[in-house]
Amino acid sequence: MSSPFVGQVIDLLAALMLLIAFAMLAQRRLLRLIHLFALQGAVLTLNTMVVAVTLVQSHLWFSVALNLVLKVIVLPMILIRVVNRLGLRRDAESVGNLPFIMLVAVVLVILSFNVALPISRLAGTITRGTLGIAMASMLIAFLMMITRRKAVAQVVGFLAMENALFFAATSATYGMPMVVELGIALDVLVGTFIFGIFFFQIRETFDSLDTRSLERLGGRE
Amino acid sequence: MSVSQAVLQLFQGVLAVAVAPLVLGWLNQCRAWLQNRRAPSLLQPYRVLIKLLRKEMVLATNASWLFRLAPYVVFACMVLAGAIVPLVATDLPFARAADVIALVGLFALARVFMALAAMDVGTAFGSLGSRREMLIAALAEPALLMVFFTPALISHSTALTTIVDQFSNGALQIHPSMAFAAVAFVMVLLAENARIPVDNPSTHLELTMVHEAMILEYSGRHLALMDWAHALKLTVYMGIGIALFLPWGMAHPQNWLELPLALAALGVKLALAGAGLALLETLAAKMRIFKVPEFLGMAFMLAVLGMLVHFLVET
Repeated sequence: MSSPFVGQVIDLLAALMLLIAFAMLAQRRLLRLIHLFALQGAVLTLNTMVVAVTLVQSHLWFSVALNLVLKVIVLPMILIRVVNRLGLRRDAESVGNLPFIMLVAVVLVILSFNVALPISRLAGTITRGTLGIAMASMLIAFLMMITRRKAVAQVVGFLAMENALFFAATSATYGMPMVVELGIALDVLVGTFIFGIFFFQIRETFDSLDTRSLERLGGRE
Repeated sequence: MSVSQAVLQLFQGVLAVAVAPLVLGWLNQCRAWLQNRRAPSLLQPYRVLIKLLRKEMVLATNASWLFRLAPYVVFACMVLAGAIVPLVATDLPFARAADVIALVGLFALARVFMALAAMDVGTAFGSLGSRREMLIAALAEPALLMVFFTPALISHSTALTTIVDQFSNGALQIHPSMAFAAVAFVMVLLAENARIPVDNPSTHLELTMVHEAMILEYSGRHLALMDWAHALKLTVYMGIGIALFLPWGMAHPQNWLELPLALAALGVKLALAGAGLALLETLAAKMRIFKVPEFLGMAFMLAVLGMLVHFLVET
């Protein structure tokens, strides 16, 4: 495999990550959102796989397996299950002023590209061009968490942010140490379980998953 | 300009005009299959055109010359566009006369005439349709231009021929920015050709129609020309998409032997594009007219993002 071609494939996958991040930001339907999250996980896995194959980095294969099992299969399954249980299959939420949010997202992309440019010029890795994209996807996922009101969408945003973080680690330093990676994977898994339980609690208390109702808690006394 | 180039140019223009109803027929057939309906014949659009061409024309009493002129202008614009876009061969004489920006202008000219003609008779539907069309167009046009700028930046030229040559002849290169441009282009294509998420081409329901409302007053051969121009526009858009994103297999005018291969490649690509479009239309639901600016705003932003990604990753 020639090196420039592999670099282009990695760049393409990175661009797909960003594209999916934008699609998630604009997606109103919860189920579609979870599908997009699974798709993003798949692209991430593929990207890690390409890096692992080209650079013969055996430790990356663990992350490939971890990604595949966790982000493409287990987490989306848990989320879909929770959504089914909560009866939110057809749920769509208002995202507010979408064009404005999109504009903010584009500004975030420009910002992260600008920040990443000098770093990637210094780096000698094959994946150096993708650092800016990883940062942009992370900030967009963060923006999604801020703009959504329903708890499930916020959690998907959180998980997408983790995806982007992982991607950034792969592109900057060819992945994190094994221990850190395992720790994060476990955190995310357990976190999703706990969020799942919280969804039911929130709904039992407030009759909705709108997290704004949590703000009322303090004012009662 | 050599003779062979001129002949090839003429051939491509005629081909675009002749094949356009077939593309529409194929699209309708795919849609029918996907929606579990019995499909109309592939040649149905031709039959409709022939029927309309034979029919008597009814003109409103207060229709001015503009109303009668518009179908010819619109049709002529689309024929010209069909000659400019490289469908089977690159480096044709017309292609050098107009680049992508001029092409966008050509579409705008056709649109303005159509909208003016729709307002000319003074019925409520006509002006309703043209207002909506102008709303959509005002947003789709900048998005389309932005889509064109990404490949123009990559190939350092705004001429479609040069872009195609650059993409198809060089070593295989993947441009991540083109992924963004492609998504944005499909969104613009749906909006500009009155396809489903934006407009429903097969409805006469006054609340939703855009394109149909504009040509409601036309009949007979005027309507035939308008319908034909509409099919031609769709084919030209598909041709632009093919030229930008799947340019392989085009013939060069010096080499006649490449022509059969180029024709076969074009057939396959158009069939695939039609099937894909039918799938998109079946999966999507018609959106409210007030959501259209949001939809096209997304297309614009994706196109801008494509340019940004080009600057970050590919330079």
